[in-house]
Amino acid sequence: MKTPSSRRSADDRGFRLGTGFFALLVVLLVTGIFWELFRNSHLSIAKFGFRFWTGKVWDPVSGEFGALPFIWGTLYSSLLAMLISTPIALGIAIFLSELSPKVLRTPLAFLTELLAAIPSIVYGLWGVFVLVPIVRQLQVHTPEWMRKIPLFAGPPLGVGMLSAALILSVMVIPFTSSVAREVLRAVPYTQREAAYALGATRWEAIQAALRFGRTGILGAVILGFGRAVGETMAVTMVIGNNPQVTASLFKPQHTMAAVIANEFTEAADDLYLSALIEIGLVLFIITLVINALSRLLIWSVTREVKVKTSRPVGTMAFKAPKAAA
Amino acid sequence: MNLTRRRKLLSGLVVFLCAAAVAAALVPLFFVFAYVLQRGFSSLNWDFFTKMPKPVGESGGGMANAMLGTVYLIGIASAVAIPVGIIAGVYLSEYGTKPFGTLVRFTADVLNGVPSIVIGIFAYGLAVLPVKHFSALAGGLALGFMMIPIITRTTEELLNLVPGSLREGSLALGATRARAAFSVMMPAALPGIITGILVALARIAGETAPLLFTAFNNRFMSTRLDQPISSLPVQVFTYAVSPYDDWHRQAWAGALVLVAFIFIFSVMARVVTRRLERMHRT
Repeated sequence: MKTPSSRRSADDRGFRLGTGFFALLVVLLVTGIFWELFRNSHLSIAKFGFRFWTGKVWDPVSGEFGALPFIWGTLYSSLLAMLISTPIALGIAIFLSELSPKVLRTPLAFLTELLAAIPSIVYGLWGVFVLVPIVRQLQVHTPEWMRKIPLFAGPPLGVGMLSAALILSVMVIPFTSSVAREVLRAVPYTQREAAYALGATRWEAIQAALRFGRTGILGAVILGFGRAVGETMAVTMVIGNNPQVTASLFKPQHTMAAVIANEFTEAADDLYLSALIEIGLVLFIITLVINALSRLLIWSVTREVKVKTSRPVGTMAFKAPKAAA
Repeated sequence: MNLTRRRKLLSGLVVFLCAAAVAAALVPLFFVFAYVLQRGFSSLNWDFFTKMPKPVGESGGGMANAMLGTVYLIGIASAVAIPVGIIAGVYLSEYGTKPFGTLVRFTADVLNGVPSIVIGIFAYGLAVLPVKHFSALAGGLALGFMMIPIITRTTEELLNLVPGSLREGSLALGATRARAAFSVMMPAALPGIITGILVALARIAGETAPLLFTAFNNRFMSTRLDQPISSLPVQVFTYAVSPYDDWHRQAWAGALVLVAFIFIFSVMARVVTRRLERMHRT
C-alpha cells in the first residue's frame, strides 16, 4: 500500500542516493588515481624496489633509474621557496586582516590573490626571459671568493636552483597568505581585545591572535609547501633540468614534476615509462599527505572557533562579536 | 619608560614590515603583468588569431588552431566536470553534515592540491595507454578532473548561502527534497554556481602540464576527439623553449591572450560572488 508520504520518502531516498553517487565519484577519483599510478609503475617497482629512491644515476639508455636527484631537487627548491615566501605571505595575511585601512583591504586582497590566477606557463615564460637574465647578471658579479663556497659554486648560467626557488616563492605566496588570512579571521576578536585591555601594543595583540590560530597558520604554510612540491611548468623552464645532488644555488638541477613533464613523451620503452610513473606515484602520495595534514590543521582552527562563537553564552542571548570583516 | 618605548618601537617596526610584505608581493605581480602586456601587445596582430603556425624557419603565422583547441578542450572538460561537480555539491549542501559528507569535502580539498601533472598521468593511463595514441579526449578528461573539486566546493558553499527557510518552506508545501533542491535552492544560487564554474575555468584554462602527454600537440586544425589537439598553453611552452625569436614573440602574444581570458573569468566570478553575498547577508 503506497501512501503519498511513503512515496515521498522513497523519492527522498532516491534523491539522496542519486546525488550521493556523484559525491562518491569525487572519492573514487582519488582512489582511482592511486590505483592507476600504482598499476602502471609496477615494472619499475618490481625491478628496482627501494634502490629506486637512493640511486643517483638516471640513464634511460642503459635502463638504470635512480630518482634521488629529483627528490633532492623537489625538496630543496620547495624548502627554499618556503624560506622566502613564508615571512612575506604571513606579513600579507597580518596586514590585510589586522592592520590595513578598510578602503585598501579588498583591492589589496584581490591583487595578492591575482598572483594565483596567473598560469604556471606565464610565470615560466617570464622566468626564462626576465628573471633568468637577472640571476645570470647576479652570478657574473658574484665575487671570486664567494664562488668558492659550495653554496654559490657553478657556472653563471642563470638557470638553476636560485631562479626556480624565486619563481616558486612568488607562486606560493597567494596560497599561504589567503589561508592564513582566513585563519586569522576565525580568531575571535575578544582575543585581541583582551590583549589590548592588558595594555598590549598592536604587535603584542597580533601575537595573541597568532598564538590562538597557530595550528591553522602552520596548516597554511604546509599548504604552500604542497603547492611548491607539485609545481611543474615554471620550474622546469628555469631550473636547468640537470639531475644532480648539490647544495649549490647556482647549479642547474631537476625536480620530480619537471622530469615527468620533460621525458614522458620521450619514454620509449616500458621500463622508462614505468619509472616516470613511479615518480608520479610518489609525488601524488607526498602531496596527498601534505594536503591532508594542512587541511586538518586549518579545519581544527576555523571550524572549532565557528562553533564556539556562534553558541549563546550563559543565560543571556549573547552573540560573540565576529572578527571585523 | 624605556621598556614601553621599546615595545612601541617594535610594534611600529612590525607594522612597517607587514606593509613591506604586501609591497614585496605586488612588485613581481606588477612586473609579470607589465612584461606580458608590453611584449604581448607588441607581438599581437590579426594573423595571430586567424593563421596557422608556420613551419620552422619561416616567420609569421599564428595560433588559430591552438586557440580553437583550447576552447575545444575546455568544452570537453566542462561536459565531464560540470554535472558531476554540481550534483556532488548539491549532495554536500543537503546531506553534508554526515561523516560521508565530511569525507567527500575533505577529499575534494585534497584533490584540489594534487599536482596537475599527476592528474595528467592518470588521464594518460585511462585514455592514452589503452589505445596507444594521444587524444583530445584524454586532455579534456585531465582538465575535467581538475575542475570537479573546485565546482563541488563552490556549489556547496553558495547553496549554503541561500537561506534554509526557502528549503523548509518548499518542503512544508509538500515538495520532495529533490524538487526543493533543484527547483528552489538551485535557481536561487544559480549566479553563484556559474561563478564556481568560472573559477574552475580560470584555473584550468592555463594548465599546461597535464596536456603535454594527453592532448599532446597538433600542427593542424583538428576537432576530432580521438586525435591529438593543439592548445594555447602547450603552444606557448613549445615556442618559449624554442631558439627562434619569432616564436618567442608569438609565445608572449599567446601568454597575453591566456592572461586576458583568465583575468576576465576571475573578475566576472568575483563580481557575481560579491553581489550574491551582499544579497543574502541580513
